[in-house]
Amino acid sequence: MSTETLTPNVAEKPSTLPSGMDPNSFASKSGEDKTQGAVKIHAKDVCVYYSENKALHEVSLDIHTNEVMAFIGPSGCGKSTFLRCMNRMNDTVAGARVTGLIAVDKQDIYDPSLDVVLLRAQVGMVFQKPNPFPKSIYENIAYGPRLHGLVSSSGELDEIVESSLRKAGIWDEVKDRLDAPGTGLSGGQQQRLCIARAIAVSPDIILMDEPCSALDPIATARIEELIHELKANYTIVIVTHNMQQAARVADRTAFFHLGHLIEVGPTDQIFINPKEQRTEDYVTGRYG
Amino acid sequence: MNNPSAAATSSSTFKGYRAIEQKVKGSLNGRKRAESRFVIFGIGAVAVAVSLVFILFASVISKGLPAFWQTQIELDIYFSPEVVQVEPPPVESNFESPAEYINARQKWVNSLGFVNFNALMVDAVAKHIPEAADSPRSAIALITSGERFALRDYVAEDPSIIGKTVRLSLLTDANVDVWLKGNIDRSLPDEQQQLSATTRQWADQLYEKGVIKNKFSTALFMNPDSRSSLAAAGLAGAFMGSLFMMIIVILLAVPIGVASAIYLEEFAPKNKWTDLIEVNINNLAAVPSIVFGLLGAAVFILWFKLPLSAPVVGGLVLTLMTLPTVIIATRSTLKAIPPSIREGAMAVGASKVQAITDHVLPLALPGILTATIIGVAQALGETAPLLLIGMSAFVASIPSTPFDQATALPVQIYLWQGNELRNFFEGRTSAAIMVLLGLLLTLNSIAVVLRKKLETRW
Repeated sequence: MSTETLTPNVAEKPSTLPSGMDPNSFASKSGEDKTQGAVKIHAKDVCVYYSENKALHEVSLDIHTNEVMAFIGPSGCGKSTFLRCMNRMNDTVAGARVTGLIAVDKQDIYDPSLDVVLLRAQVGMVFQKPNPFPKSIYENIAYGPRLHGLVSSSGELDEIVESSLRKAGIWDEVKDRLDAPGTGLSGGQQQRLCIARAIAVSPDIILMDEPCSALDPIATARIEELIHELKANYTIVIVTHNMQQAARVADRTAFFHLGHLIEVGPTDQIFINPKEQRTEDYVTGRYG
Repeated sequence: MNNPSAAATSSSTFKGYRAIEQKVKGSLNGRKRAESRFVIFGIGAVAVAVSLVFILFASVISKGLPAFWQTQIELDIYFSPEVVQVEPPPVESNFESPAEYINARQKWVNSLGFVNFNALMVDAVAKHIPEAADSPRSAIALITSGERFALRDYVAEDPSIIGKTVRLSLLTDANVDVWLKGNIDRSLPDEQQQLSATTRQWADQLYEKGVIKNKFSTALFMNPDSRSSLAAAGLAGAFMGSLFMMIIVILLAVPIGVASAIYLEEFAPKNKWTDLIEVNINNLAAVPSIVFGLLGAAVFILWFKLPLSAPVVGGLVLTLMTLPTVIIATRSTLKAIPPSIREGAMAVGASKVQAITDHVLPLALPGILTATIIGVAQALGETAPLLLIGMSAFVASIPSTPFDQATALPVQIYLWQGNELRNFFEGRTSAAIMVLLGLLLTLNSIAVVLRKKLETRW
């Protein structure tokens, strides 16, 4: 993916970043410290209003290339709202207003001159409930590439469909029935199909909004495994209600509460040695 | 409960439990009774509805079906050169321009109109009943008056027929049909009968001989309405009028209705103005149809100067009437499409329009189609607004464009219902109702078939 090295943006990292952490005790899951990667998404003082109601209060956060960032927090804490700002899906909500700066690859995504279509090709999204199009499996994947004119021949399209399904780890299960409706798959397969659909337009970033909340434990494990595989090529931001899941998949975790970003740090630190009392209370199950 | 001992307490708890159990059982019986009452009411309601529909269909079909068969008289018509005295028809090659030829041909056809074709028919009847030659008026009363024009058209088409004998099946007079089918009380005195005693007697004789037969007739489908030759009155004019109006309604109401529904549902900001529009559309759906007729008369006829009694005006009025139905039904179909489909499409970079045209509309199509067909069917059966724009006029020709004078199927039913020759037109009216119901049923089954087909397509 991005080959940039450290940029000036890194210097602007919010103070919540654990720059002085001991790398031995708080090593991330993959064993390498992703906080050293280039900043992929930079958010500064982001506020979101739904009509008069302020849903998100001055959130500042950096997400680095090829890391898995998990957002945790109780219901209504603003984690999904913040996630949906990153590909401007909040645009579709009537009365929603976003202030502050969100930059992807140093490009302000709320710049009026930026085309939201380009942004969404770069920032893919997977939703809470699997939502394959009620079309064939092939068409589900082919829709995005065809829409953006990424292919010039049907052979190329076939390749993209196959490689996307392979990357999403579902190729072997569906290769014999690409013409079957996508809605006929099981819940876990549908969700992987949606991940393949997002991958098909070659994004850098994949946003996942509670992707496993509608799935059984086995399907969940399969998706988590997939997230580990995808990390090599994509930057992944995942919202989850399930703290164990965050602990399993995320390199870094951000804790949201009542619309505020309370704490962000390497996942182990958040779960073992949080700095904030509220984080500790949440991760130890005092509320949530 | 005053007894403090443990045993007594436990027994009283047990008693308490029994009491609750009994109460529950008591209420359970009540609930079961209520449920079975409800089921019985439901079955009763369905039975009443079904029997009413059955009575309606049985009455319409039993009255209407015989009207498709009409008594027809089979005659050997001798095109006698003495009666058909006309010059030979003009030949095209003798004229310099086609216009001149058409002119001369028209003149020749007009000259045919002076021929006494009735005399040919009287002669033919006289072959079966010799007395008929002496009282041609009683004889010609057997045959409906329009058939002399049919004979004229035979000659115009093929002048070589003069001097030959041709066996033709001619429609009998409507009163003969009524008499022979027993739709009039045969015991009524002469002054209350429509036909003279002689004609009635001859009709019976010819029917016994098999000269007059009750045969399937296409007159009902092929002819326009008629007042001079009642037996030949048909639905063709009204059918074409209805067809033109339906085409106009489909061409206008569907695109406008679906487009407004999509805009209002998917794009329009939610504010006071769109609320106002929504309330107004809902109110329009409830406006009595006759009001739309008045509006059509005022706007389309008086202001836009469109022709009176024309299907184009009827189509426009019915479009106005159908629009709210299409808009409301389309919107509710769009509302039922899960937003996750739109989000999924937009998340891979589709614009709002692409998300709607690629994913929402295909899913909504069966619903939109059903809504449209129901709206069109409703328009097809509408009568009141058409009365106000002059479509209840008597029109004796089949319209060839939407700007010609025409009437519509339901209006034709209304007109025939009021015809003074009740005995004949009762069957005709029911037959027309059958045609209309048949059309509506066809439309509805098309809706069902298309719905099934589109829903399982992917």
